Amino acid sequence: MEYHLNFNFVWKYADKLWWGLALSVQLAFVSILIGCVIGLALALAHSGGNRWTRGAVAAYVEFVRNVPLLLLVYLVFYGIPSAGGFAYDATTSFVATLAIYSGAYLVEVFRAGLDAVPRGVIDAGKAIGLTPWQRFVELRLPIMLRVVLPSLSNAFISLFKDTSLASVIAVPELTYGANWIKTNTFRQVEVWLVVWPIYLVTGWAILAALRQLERRFSLGRRR
Amino acid sequence: MIDFALRTLPFLWDGLLVTLHVSAVVLVASLALGVAAGVGFAYGPLWVRLPLRLCSDVLRGTPLLVLIFCVYYLLPFAGLNLQPFPAAVIALSAFKSAHVAEIARGAISSIAPGQVDAGKAIGLTFAQRLAWVVFPQALRRFLPPWVNSVTDTVKGSSLVSLVGIVDLMLAAQQVIGRTYEPLPVYVLAALMYFAINYALSVASRRLEARFAYIRE
Repeated sequence: MEYHLNFNFVWKYADKLWWGLALSVQLAFVSILIGCVIGLALALAHSGGNRWTRGAVAAYVEFVRNVPLLLLVYLVFYGIPSAGGFAYDATTSFVATLAIYSGAYLVEVFRAGLDAVPRGVIDAGKAIGLTPWQRFVELRLPIMLRVVLPSLSNAFISLFKDTSLASVIAVPELTYGANWIKTNTFRQVEVWLVVWPIYLVTGWAILAALRQLERRFSLGRRR
Repeated sequence: MIDFALRTLPFLWDGLLVTLHVSAVVLVASLALGVAAGVGFAYGPLWVRLPLRLCSDVLRGTPLLVLIFCVYYLLPFAGLNLQPFPAAVIALSAFKSAHVAEIARGAISSIAPGQVDAGKAIGLTFAQRLAWVVFPQALRRFLPPWVNSVTDTVKGSSLVSLVGIVDLMLAAQQVIGRTYEPLPVYVLAALMYFAINYALSVASRRLEARFAYIRE
């Protein structure tokens, strides 16, 4: 039997897709912001801490990196509230999950970035009498940020793709919008033919924009 | 608690076997496809490299979950009616192949061109040069990142639960559906995933240390 493509239903509910896409990008953005705070704090705790803090950071990183994100999403949304006797909405839960998840990856990124700050720069800061806090804010942090920028953009793209998992706990992002249209109009072929390119083009556009940003802030060499 | 775990484990164990089955099939398929694509990337002419680049970028630019749904819902439209299991395995394998291809491309291009020229000079055919000159050397650069990426496949296989395949993830969900005890079951499932993936991560780190000498 011949199947006739009919995109009318997809256009009719297109706002579900656009708002979904906007939410996907927002989820990724908020998550990476919180993830950066977690990652940076833990990277500093790891470099300055004793054996116990280091062990705790390593345990967190290893646990999160070796468990599927889908399981973490369920664990945070269904598992933890069931034991604590409280509840939070799906979006909050997903942002928390994605932030915890990205934090575990960003710890490694920031640790490598902090290691990449040349010793001599810190010593020079000491020599001109900067306080430890000034040395951190004026020297280590900005240099480190420039070093880790490419890794951060890769992490952001990968988080943007991971937001599709939010659909399993009914956060109304792009994949959820696609599934909604599929369920309500049975136009699954059309909807995925539209949503697939949306993900691709958005991902590539974000990547191109971030590469531009990297070029602007990169350390020397490539102007 | 222990009693609960003992009653739950058989169900999760069955799911774990499915997870391992899916992962193994995907790994074998993606290894074959990915290495072939990697050779194409490294030595192919432009009309091979361009389509490969396009395929690789499209596959790696799509969220894995979206790719699974696309294969599951779009292939029937192309005349290929698939059960959930083959559809999910095809999607995971395609995704993984693109990643393996990039690892293989990097490993193969890291071999000095002089090695291939020397192979040509002593009269080896292309297949012989690959088998006796390039692959043995590239293997050392390929193996550590590849073993590390195996954890991604095991983790990614959890998404097959969303098209109704009863892997470890869905087995855990089903147990929760009967017991209404989400936290212990999820933690148990997480520990099972962790055990597999942590072993793989450690193996990858060992391999990396073992082959560290070629990186001077």
